[in-house]
Amino acid sequence: MSQVVFWTGNEVTAEAGIAAGCRFFGGYPITPSSEIAAVMAKRLPMENGIFIQMEDEIAAMGACIGAAMAGAKSMTATSGPGFSLKQEHIGFACMVEAPCVIVNVQRGGPSTGLPTHPAQSDLMQARWGTHGDHAIIALAPAYLRELYLEIIRAFNLSEKFRLPVIVLIDEILGHMSECFEVPEPHEYTIFNRVKTDKSPEEYNPYEVSDGELVPPMANYFEGYRFHATGLNHDKTGFPTTDQVLCQTDEVRKHEKIAQNRAEIDSWEEIMLDDAEVLVIAFGSTARGAQTAVEEVRKDGIRAGLFRPITVWPFPEERVRELAQGKKAVIVAEMNLGQMILEVERVAHSDVKIVGCQKIGGIPIEPYEIVAKIREVG
Amino acid sequence: MAFDYTPYLRMSKMPHLWCPGCGIGIVVKSMIRAIDRMGWDKNDIAVVSGIGCTSRAPGYLDMNTLHTTHGRSISFATGIKLVRPEKHVIVIAGDGDMTAIGGNHFIHACRRNIDITCIIVNNNIYGMTGGQYSPTTPRGAKAATAPWGNMDASFNLTDLAIGAGATYVARGQVGNGTQMERFIRDGLSHHGFSVIETLANCHTQYGRRNKLPDPMQLIKDIQEHSVSKSKAEKMNPEEMEGKLIIGELYKNTQRPEFCDEYEKLCQRVQELTKKVEAPV
Ligand SMILES: Cc1ncc(C[n+]2csc(CCOP(=O)(O)OP(=O)(O)O)c2C)c(N)n1
Ligand code: SF4
Repeated sequence: MSQVVFWTGNEVTAEAGIAAGCRFFGGYPITPSSEIAAVMAKRLPMENGIFIQMEDEIAAMGACIGAAMAGAKSMTATSGPGFSLKQEHIGFACMVEAPCVIVNVQRGGPSTGLPTHPAQSDLMQARWGTHGDHAIIALAPAYLRELYLEIIRAFNLSEKFRLPVIVLIDEILGHMSECFEVPEPHEYTIFNRVKTDKSPEEYNPYEVSDGELVPPMANYFEGYRFHATGLNHDKTGFPTTDQVLCQTDEVRKHEKIAQNRAEIDSWEEIMLDDAEVLVIAFGSTARGAQTAVEEVRKDGIRAGLFRPITVWPFPEERVRELAQGKKAVIVAEMNLGQMILEVERVAHSDVKIVGCQKIGGIPIEPYEIVAKIREVG
Repeated sequence: MAFDYTPYLRMSKMPHLWCPGCGIGIVVKSMIRAIDRMGWDKNDIAVVSGIGCTSRAPGYLDMNTLHTTHGRSISFATGIKLVRPEKHVIVIAGDGDMTAIGGNHFIHACRRNIDITCIIVNNNIYGMTGGQYSPTTPRGAKAATAPWGNMDASFNLTDLAIGAGATYVARGQVGNGTQMERFIRDGLSHHGFSVIETLANCHTQYGRRNKLPDPMQLIKDIQEHSVSKSKAEKMNPEEMEGKLIIGELYKNTQRPEFCDEYEKLCQRVQELTKKVEAPV
């Protein structure tokens, strides 16, 4: 019989991490993510896993990458200023292709901002927070059972594609409790990194065979004695400044995502079949957006909701298709206009796109989205 | 017979990028000899570094090597060590790397007493970026960013390490490679966080700005500013001004080591939370 729980989002995050095989957590306390570390501190020693509270978020991220290189599945969780501090090492993880998961329980900002209130204003930072042209995956679930499965998926994607995967939730999801049946192991798959089948003499840490994009891994201490560096490197792992090699390697890292969209993309479509007004919202905001869409339908306004679950890469093609011919597209988000930039980028120019934006720590309520829909519908 | 370094080096990566006569070479050679004395398998050793001239060392070492971000090598090394506590983890870093940008990670690794050996190459300057002053540049010395002489006070790195809780602390200098090798070996065999500061010459960036452009001149100057432990005991504070003590400066084998403690914690937790089988 499956276990029925009443967990907070932060508890879900920790438990799902453990279910996914996470055996290393490097943390640093910050509201509203702190309970993830607290649950990990309690639970990981029971599972022969490692919990360590580092001296800051940069170190926590560094420790996770070190752990990943030594063979563990690792995770860190943070919020607000902590997410800013992690950026340097998120870039390092991209560069050395170290699998790891970063959970950002978003709060208001900039700076110390609103530690105890929600926001969705790290959407762009999740994509572009670290310097350089890097490829990244970010997932933004809206419900706690979904969060459980998305944490597992985050680990799977990070292991499969050898990159850091960010899970974006917010203070609402982190602190709210929901009753649900914990998914049973047969309801999901667990993916573990592909290990090299080459001998140490033949092995190059960043070599891919024809048609492949993800180099098979060796962990430290397995006889391979390879080198990894944050400098641009060739397939041997050693630094190079050869323009062609640098570009080829960085493009390959982007292609890992671009060529695997079918597996990476995830979204939900609600009442879109006949919709004239398209509402786009992600994470906790999408919950209110769904209520709003249901509400206006009672009055005969044909609205529907598109809810990206994978937010990076952004579901460009689907949004372009859906936006076509709509009376209007409304993008609801707890920031001053971030996802709307993506929608504007991909939608046809003749579609009217309006934002429903709110910051300051109070979620967007359904009536506010209803009002927007009535305005345009 | 001369010591053969090649089994420990990635000879295909030679020539190295260091300036001719750079002190880092002496430190790396001492480290290799110390590792050799330990009799460790190269497969069981990870060498982690940050960014700087010193931090390029892992690229030349035929071990499990990780060249990380500026100042933050210890955080990566901590993750590696915790996952594989039975393996040997060495960190090598410049003075700027380890004690400016990486200072916080450094003191906390000392405090945790995690079994990592940390070798700091103190050349009193930021070598790689072109001779800017570091936390160990002496007061009055010139640097690219101190053209009128450095006005900052400098750190005493071994005092810092001892104060923060490291359990093996020694200081060597490039004028005496044999002694340096001994300190590194003692650090490697020590179970806990060990710090070996090595005073080294960066004649290119430090020496040239301070009338010591020749490696031998600068090494001699380092030696003149070094005093042995026994000698230092007989010297008064004025005589010690501007001098650094060479030797094993601290050793404590009683303080618990982090990985051991974590292992014990796991056992305790698992004992406490063991599911009791219900009677049939
Ligand atoms: C975050 C960051 N800041 C600054 C730099 C530039 N940087 C590279 S090496 C270095 C200092 C090197 O000096 P030191 O650590 O003393 O090592 P040395 O080169 O003397 O061995 C600096 C500041 C960097 N790479 N990353
Ligand atoms: S700049 Fe200084 S530290 Fe760097 S290689 Fe040259 S002498 Fe050595």
